[in-house]
Amino acid sequence: MATVLKIEDLHKSFNMGFIPKKKKILKGISLSVEKGEIFGYLGPNGAGKTTTLKCILGLIFPQKGKIEIFGHPHLSLKAKEQIGFLPENPYFYDHLTASEFLNFYSQLFIMEKNKKEEKIKNLLRLVDLEQSADLQLRKFSRGMLQRIGVAQALLNDPSLILLDEPLGGLDPLGRKEIRDIIVHLKEEGKTVFLCSHILQDIEMICNRVAIIVNGRIINQGALQDLISEKILFTEVIFSGVDDKELEGLGERLSDQGGRTLLKVFEEKNVEKVLELIQSRKGKIHSLIPRTETLEDLFVEVVKQG
Amino acid sequence: MKIRAIALNTLKEAIRDKILYLLLFFAAVCIIFSRLLALLTVGDRIKIIKDVGLSSLSFFGALMAILMGTGLIFKEIDKKTIYTILSKPIHRFQFLLGKFFGLVLTLFIMLSLMSIIYLVLIFFHTFKIEWEMFIAILFIFLELCLITSVALLFSCFSTPILSSLFSISFYIIGHSAWGLETLIKKVKPGFGKTLAQILYHLLPDLENFNFKTEIVHHLPIPSTAFLYSTLYAIFYTLFILVLALLIFRKKDFI
Repeated sequence: MATVLKIEDLHKSFNMGFIPKKKKILKGISLSVEKGEIFGYLGPNGAGKTTTLKCILGLIFPQKGKIEIFGHPHLSLKAKEQIGFLPENPYFYDHLTASEFLNFYSQLFIMEKNKKEEKIKNLLRLVDLEQSADLQLRKFSRGMLQRIGVAQALLNDPSLILLDEPLGGLDPLGRKEIRDIIVHLKEEGKTVFLCSHILQDIEMICNRVAIIVNGRIINQGALQDLISEKILFTEVIFSGVDDKELEGLGERLSDQGGRTLLKVFEEKNVEKVLELIQSRKGKIHSLIPRTETLEDLFVEVVKQG
Repeated sequence: MKIRAIALNTLKEAIRDKILYLLLFFAAVCIIFSRLLALLTVGDRIKIIKDVGLSSLSFFGALMAILMGTGLIFKEIDKKTIYTILSKPIHRFQFLLGKFFGLVLTLFIMLSLMSIIYLVLIFFHTFKIEWEMFIAILFIFLELCLITSVALLFSCFSTPILSSLFSISFYIIGHSAWGLETLIKKVKPGFGKTLAQILYHLLPDLENFNFKTEIVHHLPIPSTAFLYSTLYAIFYTLFILVLALLIFRKKDFI
């Protein structure tokens, strides 16, 4: 697979405070993103995710390191012609209407006038903003701004799309809409670099991830390689059995409406719990084996970092 | 093409900003007020209208340039709109020049509107078009271009309030440079005179663009004065723009 984005040994520090003191934000970031994948870039707040993105986009200049986009230096226009970017909490020119805004941004690319108008119409349809084309952006809701932000990122039909917290601050419906658009982009063969800390969404759509903590990448690779498929514990919800009989078999997490939630760690204990419930003519409401999640891995890595 | 797109968006943004119309309203009031002032003054009433009117054009034009220019880049950084713009295939100098030309275009339109009110007021008194007034207005416009570049320079690294203070200082110093000239003539040769001479050459002289008195009172103007002032405007504006570009091209947008 061809490498779309390659970052080597990226260092960035800022002078902070009234009496400037150097603070290292990125301490040697190296990663590569392959064509056609959704790459999740995870990290806690202040880990350096947005700083990495800003370096890629040329908004800030790293002190050391190399960034290449499709083999071109990241600051070259050739590289920028092939990327689309959606910032965190998108801020746009709110005096413009949605169609004026897309029209303005399209002028920053070389596009034929007919194609440009068609592209704008298609994008407004894709992000479901056709009805709001003539509405000023200052009247847009958070979700609508996020969607128009996605539209501007796709104006040039980019091969690499960089998204900074695209799902942050959205309601479940809004999150699903943006998630669907991201998956649709992948199906079209585009590469997506996704910065986020909403782990459920990352787990759902990303092929590979890198976890950054304190300016260093602690872990990276394919999701299936990073997350163990071994069962960590089983959650059993049941009723009709006296709690005292379950002592030593698991950890009782809740007891509501006559239903008990028990966290059972060993497989032999699961069997014992099931036998006990059956013998007491109790009822099993649910039994869920839990494997390691991205959240577990994330928490572990952040603690180590 | 890209500079044009940024410039037109800057113009659109300024035109949709209420502060511009407020300034335009006050400018119109001031120009019309010159008629009232003329009634209260002994002497040539037309000259008073012309003089106060031109001063209003210059003052409100400068105020527009400073108020809008100082927020020009800062607003883009503060609102983070610059993030998506600079992620597109555009050079930083194109963005900066687009912002500059956008504001210059806005000022051109505003100055034209103010000039129309002014010239109509004069026409009602003289019943002829005073073409020489256009020369005075043209040099006011050149001065506004220079002030815009200065406001833009400060906007690259400072907040709008500080930038406004710096730009207003530039404007005041620029119109007081004749004081240094007088000082140079009066001070005896030595350190003080040399310092005054250095400052005189370093500081801007915005009086180079002031032909109001000569034109209103029909005084002779040396033929080279127009050429010198035009070249002064071009080179000083270019110099300030280059400084702004040097700061902007290496700026980190945190």
